[in-house]
Amino acid sequence: MYNPTVARLTYRALLGRRRAAILFVLPALLIVISLAVRLVRGADDGTASDLLGGFAIATMVPLIGVIAGTGAIGPEIDDGSIVYLLSKPVKRPTVIITKLFVAIAVTMAFSAIPTLIAGFILNGNGGQIAIAYTVAALVASIAYSALFLLLGTVSRHAVVIGLVYALVWEALFGSMVPGARTLSVQQWALALAQRIAGEGAVSSDVGLPAAVILLVVVTGGATWYAGRRLRTLTLAGEE
Amino acid sequence: MSTPSGTVPPPGGPANPGGVGPGVPAAGATQIHNIGYRKYDGPRLGRSYAMRSLYTQSLRGAFGLGRSAKSKVLPMILFAVMCLPAALVVAVAVVTHAKNLGVGYTRYAILLQAVIGLFLAAQAPQSVSRDLRFRTVPLYFSRPIERRDYVLAKFGAMSSALFVLTVAPVVILYIGALLAKMDFGDQTKGFGQGLVSVAVLSLLFGGIGLVLAAFTPRRGFGVAAVIATLVISYGAVSTLQAIIWAGEPSSAITWIGLFSPITLIDGLQTAFLGAHSAFPGGVGPGAGAGVVYLLVIAGLVAGSYGVLMRRYRKVGL
Repeated sequence: MYNPTVARLTYRALLGRRRAAILFVLPALLIVISLAVRLVRGADDGTASDLLGGFAIATMVPLIGVIAGTGAIGPEIDDGSIVYLLSKPVKRPTVIITKLFVAIAVTMAFSAIPTLIAGFILNGNGGQIAIAYTVAALVASIAYSALFLLLGTVSRHAVVIGLVYALVWEALFGSMVPGARTLSVQQWALALAQRIAGEGAVSSDVGLPAAVILLVVVTGGATWYAGRRLRTLTLAGEE
Repeated sequence: MSTPSGTVPPPGGPANPGGVGPGVPAAGATQIHNIGYRKYDGPRLGRSYAMRSLYTQSLRGAFGLGRSAKSKVLPMILFAVMCLPAALVVAVAVVTHAKNLGVGYTRYAILLQAVIGLFLAAQAPQSVSRDLRFRTVPLYFSRPIERRDYVLAKFGAMSSALFVLTVAPVVILYIGALLAKMDFGDQTKGFGQGLVSVAVLSLLFGGIGLVLAAFTPRRGFGVAAVIATLVISYGAVSTLQAIIWAGEPSSAITWIGLFSPITLIDGLQTAFLGAHSAFPGGVGPGAGAGVVYLLVIAGLVAGSYGVLMRRYRKVGL
């Protein structure tokens, strides 16, 4: 179910050239901000939670998920070179699962590790806050990668749709319509963080069992459907 | 001038001696067939016309006009989403006989910045990235337009498209305010301030979006770069401002606002256009810091123009 050649090609497409620049800028910015905040305000649990929840989990993880998830397959479908990959004797679900592994690995590396570092800089993992948000980032990486990889196979406008989901749905509707938070990867991941962190440091609107079930269903379902999509892929011309 | 087609030698050309059978070339027996090519001697519309055409085409393209039905969907939805809250605000004000609109003219664009950002992210790459990717830029430059004309046309079109998007709700608010019989002088002054604010916003955002989009031939990547720049800078700035506000509020809140496009606009209109700042605690820059905001905005707009001019010195990527 894992093809090293496909994985190598995907890594090179994801980390090559300018795409990698965005991937490096975001974590660097998070760490710089954490350093500045720590110097100005000192160690403080509330501040650490605000910064990690507001910037790392709400902004950074979805953006890196969009870039890695759609970037793992989108450009290949876009320029038609996916044909050469599909004409090789490799199962379509294998292609999807391999690309999913790569996307997850990249998203985790560029979102969870900086979150952990930033958490330790901010308050030295007081109240398990750094660990809690890192776990949330890890879990969210898996779900976002699967979701956005599926989007990459479904639509040519995967990046825009992914951003609309991440920014408009999760941020805007999530803050105005409480019901929208139930259907939000971010809240599912925060449910896990809530369990790990000390009392009251992290809050989520979704119960833990519901969050875990939804995460598993969304990740599995998205991967399965992406495999289906790839089996019946039609190459569209440029509009 | 009408030249009959056929095997008549061109007027003034050397006469050809005798006809020659097919496939039998003989020295001095070649014949020039006049197949009716004409020289174009109509009016030449010139450089400014070409530039205007490029501007119009880019502006229409930003809203999907003159393109496929599928490309009209997103810009039109965003345009509707931009106008809908304004119509609601007006409806509420008219029904409740309010003395003031619920949302200020200058505040509106700040509240709906996500929509503006998405519009820019979706349309700036389609304006320039596709020209690069399909190598149509050399074709533009084989026309009488110069590099400056191309950059100005694209920059102008993108800014105009953003202006149309942001000014429409402001106009709706103004008409609604007049219908609700609010004070004419007050409302007109607010409307004028709103116009200036969205005009500056359009120039600034248009420039930033085009610069980011012009460096990649891939549409998807351009979209991600534009939205990432807007969202990340705003996310970082507002988080820092909130943290400082929660601690000991200081003038640092004002200076941090310089680092993201939307807070730049917010600061500028708070300083000069009578807006209420969206900064934490409503503490915007005063006139002194406002001058710095104005200089930074002017620098960014001029800088985007300069970077675009540099970018198109070489047409390939």
